[in-house]
Amino acid sequence: MTTVVRVLSFLRPYRLRVLAAIALGCATVAANIGLVAVAGYLIAAAALKPALLALSVPIYLVRFFGVTRAFLRYGERLVSHSVTFALLAEMRIWFYSRLEPLAPASLSMHRTGDVLARMVKDIDELENVYLRVFSPLIVALVTASAVAVLLGVFNLWLMLVAIPFLLLAGLGVPLLGRALAARVGEDLPHIRGELSAQAVDSIQGMQDLLIFGREASVRGRIAALERQSGSVERRLTRVAALQSGIGDFLAAGCATAVVTVAIPLVTTGRIGGVYLAFLAVMTLATFEVLQPLATVFPLMDRTRTSGDRLFEIADSQPNVREAAQTISAPLDIDLEFSHVSFAYNADMPPVLDDVTFSVRRGMHVAVVGASGSGKSTLLSLALRFWDVDAGMVKFGGADARQLTLDAVRAQISVVMQEVALFTDTLRNNLRIARPDATEADLLWALDTACLGDLVDRLPDGLDSWIGEQGLQLSGGERQRLAIARALLKTAPILALDEATANLDPITEATVLSQLLAAATDRAVLLITHRLVAMEEMDEILVLDRGRIVERGTHAELVDSRGAYWRLQEAQNELFAIT
Amino acid sequence: MEMTRNVARQLGLGSRIVAPAVVFGVLNTAALVAEMWLLSRVVADVFVGHDHVATVVPLLSLLALTLVLRAALVTARDASAGLAAIRARGRLRRRVIDHLLALGPAYARGERTGELVAATTEGIDRLDPYVSRYLPQTILGLAIPLIIAVAVLTQDWVSATLLLVTAPIIPLLMILVGSYAEGHIQQQWEALARLSAHFLDALQGLPTLKAFGRGKAEQATISRISHDFRDRTMRVLRFAFLSGLVLEFITAGAIALIAVTLGVRLLSGSISFERAFFVLLLTPEYYRPLRELGQHRHAAMEGAVSGNRLAEILATPVASPQPDNGVPAPAGPIRLELDAVSYTYPGRSRPALADVSLALPVGTRTALVGRSGSGKSTLLNVLMGFLTATGGEILVNGVPLSTIAPEEWRSRISFVPQRPHLFHGSIAENIALGGPEARLDEIEWAAELAGAMDFIQSLPERTTTLIGDGGARLSGGEAQRLAIARAFLKDAPLVLFDEPTSNLDPRSETLIRGALERLTQGRTLLVVAHRLNTIYTADNIVVLEEGRLVEQGRHADLLGSGGAYSRLHGPGRLVPA
Repeated sequence: MTTVVRVLSFLRPYRLRVLAAIALGCATVAANIGLVAVAGYLIAAAALKPALLALSVPIYLVRFFGVTRAFLRYGERLVSHSVTFALLAEMRIWFYSRLEPLAPASLSMHRTGDVLARMVKDIDELENVYLRVFSPLIVALVTASAVAVLLGVFNLWLMLVAIPFLLLAGLGVPLLGRALAARVGEDLPHIRGELSAQAVDSIQGMQDLLIFGREASVRGRIAALERQSGSVERRLTRVAALQSGIGDFLAAGCATAVVTVAIPLVTTGRIGGVYLAFLAVMTLATFEVLQPLATVFPLMDRTRTSGDRLFEIADSQPNVREAAQTISAPLDIDLEFSHVSFAYNADMPPVLDDVTFSVRRGMHVAVVGASGSGKSTLLSLALRFWDVDAGMVKFGGADARQLTLDAVRAQISVVMQEVALFTDTLRNNLRIARPDATEADLLWALDTACLGDLVDRLPDGLDSWIGEQGLQLSGGERQRLAIARALLKTAPILALDEATANLDPITEATVLSQLLAAATDRAVLLITHRLVAMEEMDEILVLDRGRIVERGTHAELVDSRGAYWRLQEAQNELFAIT
Repeated sequence: MEMTRNVARQLGLGSRIVAPAVVFGVLNTAALVAEMWLLSRVVADVFVGHDHVATVVPLLSLLALTLVLRAALVTARDASAGLAAIRARGRLRRRVIDHLLALGPAYARGERTGELVAATTEGIDRLDPYVSRYLPQTILGLAIPLIIAVAVLTQDWVSATLLLVTAPIIPLLMILVGSYAEGHIQQQWEALARLSAHFLDALQGLPTLKAFGRGKAEQATISRISHDFRDRTMRVLRFAFLSGLVLEFITAGAIALIAVTLGVRLLSGSISFERAFFVLLLTPEYYRPLRELGQHRHAAMEGAVSGNRLAEILATPVASPQPDNGVPAPAGPIRLELDAVSYTYPGRSRPALADVSLALPVGTRTALVGRSGSGKSTLLNVLMGFLTATGGEILVNGVPLSTIAPEEWRSRISFVPQRPHLFHGSIAENIALGGPEARLDEIEWAAELAGAMDFIQSLPERTTTLIGDGGARLSGGEAQRLAIARAFLKDAPLVLFDEPTSNLDPRSETLIRGALERLTQGRTLLVVAHRLNTIYTADNIVVLEEGRLVEQGRHADLLGSGGAYSRLHGPGRLVPA
């Protein structure tokens, strides 16, 4: 419940609009009930054959309700949807602002891509909380109470007989659904997940399955899961059907009960007979507003699950924080690791163990080693995505932890292993690195990254859309784009993490030599497992399980016939072009 | 866009499957007419006839009876529609999976897999509202108004005429307004899709944004885009809700019109109160199905999108139809002969394989080399029977491959892919793919031979450790050793091996080489080779270029001839003596 309230609290800036939406919702229902109820009164009154003038008010009301109902409904839908989309917008903005300081360190216990996609869906899921939970509840409460009071005005007995029916329809039917279906319903997401995992296995693993003749077992597993989910779904379907059957019964039943109670009141003259039709029709029409409540509980549960997932992440504390007192940005551009040790988790073995090295202006340093040796972690620490456990990362001699996060990140331009591009134009994707870059800057960066021809190939040049919803780039093109982007950023240190892994050997060598030539006055840190352009490096560090096991120039390391030499031998074993 | 009748029937979603729901719906409407008639009688008897409670008790009891009957009918209607949808979805899912398996991995490969998974899971689930709500409504939307109109006609032909005249206006105006709105909606759609993608992008790209010092600046963009998104959505909805407005306006207007006409005619005495009240009670019910049909249109459109995609999948012809009475695959060692084998992908003009003639004698090792796109994978797929050669013939110990049932043939092959798929399950289950009835000691024996035992020992629960989606992560070299273990367990006479293109850690490298050595003892091997050692030691090296076999022979001979192989091999290589 608190989760739902907390979600709804995001609507506070939109109080007035929420009130307007609810007022319109009530007015729509009133017009709907009013139309048929007054029509009932109208024909009853007409049956008494009064002068036409006596009927002018009911005739006018019937016409009025008939015309306004549609417009009220249209207005209500517009305002309530604008409230909903305002809520979603507020949630997105807020959620991003909470996530920004957390990424990526505090998110590392969640698996990334998948979880993020799910969070986007979780926010979308909150669409229901106002439209299908909050608003129908309030509108139903207000209008049903109003009708009950109106019945009471005619005669207290009418109200007393209607109230149990209204309560049963508005509260009993939803509760019945929850009692019969909630438990089994909980299994459904689990079974669906299994079914989806099985589909993934059977489609992505099809080659292996067919070669090993396991089609039958796949069919069997899918059929079994289908049976399981079928039995749960059948139960849910039957419960929902029962709910609508009972809902229908209560509506007509209430009208019948009200008429039955009213008959003696009419015959004894306590209620005018002319109102009998009015009362019957009004009661019947009221129940339409209660029927949407049947699904309130499951929707509320979904809101709670989604909300909890979002709040759990948003409420966690970032593990890298600004120092209370920061010093101004360093003048010198050296990056220095001094006896750095680090573990992602206290229970796990350290990823880096007593690592010391430095990169100075104009110096090109490579870090090589097998995957899992801790190479990428060096970058995460330099960017202060994490803070070191022991030792110190220094910029121009100053401890990185005493600089502001912005100052640290202004020092380094990076190409990360997983290239993130944005669904935007090519121009804007590059300008992330330097918002004021000129056209010439952009073209220079693309050329240096051997991507100059891309602009000519694209339909709208620099203004072509790329990314998920735009043009799909190949892995190699994405990497070169990331390199161009990093070149644009005017940071003194350039760091590349497996930045050329998807390029063919010839392009790889060209890109690297152009890049190093363009960065003669920068400090370059090249992290790689492929030994390319190593001759151009001032120092090569060989990392193995978090420790620097060898260091020196290419020639020195080849001569010493150690770990570096073995890496090179393994690479030479590969056939040249494939 | 809607699903055509043809597509629906092909998917097993024809109207017939909701026939029971329609019957219950029709019966419910009949009962509703009776209910309204009884209610109008009771009210009229008391109001006009001044009857007492006692005299209307029979009518009231009948009314109560109808209510119970209707509750049962509504329950039955909704339940049978829902159950029909569940059955139809289950049937469809099994059919699609069967068809995908028949189409084989050549169809379901690469980036398409994600889309296919979505189509068979969420795509099929999205058909639920289509079947359970929209489909019955397409018939009931016609049947219910018709029943009510007939009922009204028996009492008052004037009102019946009004009902029948107003009804066709609704769909007509809806189509008119709909097509007007459609244009506006389409315009906004592309922009909306981009905006929603931006948010996901920003979340996924957060580390990049922060590294460029743009994390905070992006917040302003997110805020601007979120508000823009909201405004655009509202602009779309303003039009999307228009047809609802028209619908509501006509129905409410028609109810008001009928009520006022009834009132005026009551004054003139041309109709009785009882009949007028009965007509008034039925009028909203007449329009209700039309309103509901409008509400379910969304379900119809979503269903159409998934339905059309599924129909497309099912309509894809299976490349290698199973021979009806295939001959059994030859037992014992395997000798393969390819005689001018060609393959052209459907819709392409250039063949992916052209006139490839090749012999794989029993117990030999053949290395297949060539640039990516030269036809190596196509050749593997043809050999495994996932693609049927469009020209030439493959002979297995002299028997044409096309006469052997594919499943039978595959039982004679082991295949070790570059990136084997790890199924969700234990290590043992993953290895046992190569022999479902294998005992644990046999599995461990296979893992030992494959050089996989050392990393399995280091896992927390050894052979019962869960891997695959959500399980422990294995490196490329470890995954391939599991695939080799599968091959040992299967013990097939023909081994196809796709060597990894990338660097493996030195330990995996050594272990895989040793395992492969053991696996190919006494078996016929074809390897797509990327490693010099594999190539140097092969009995025969086959060079593919643009689908053609351009050279074959031993390393020394090929290098000496100065042809395609020596060009591929590159100048600066050290050549072992």
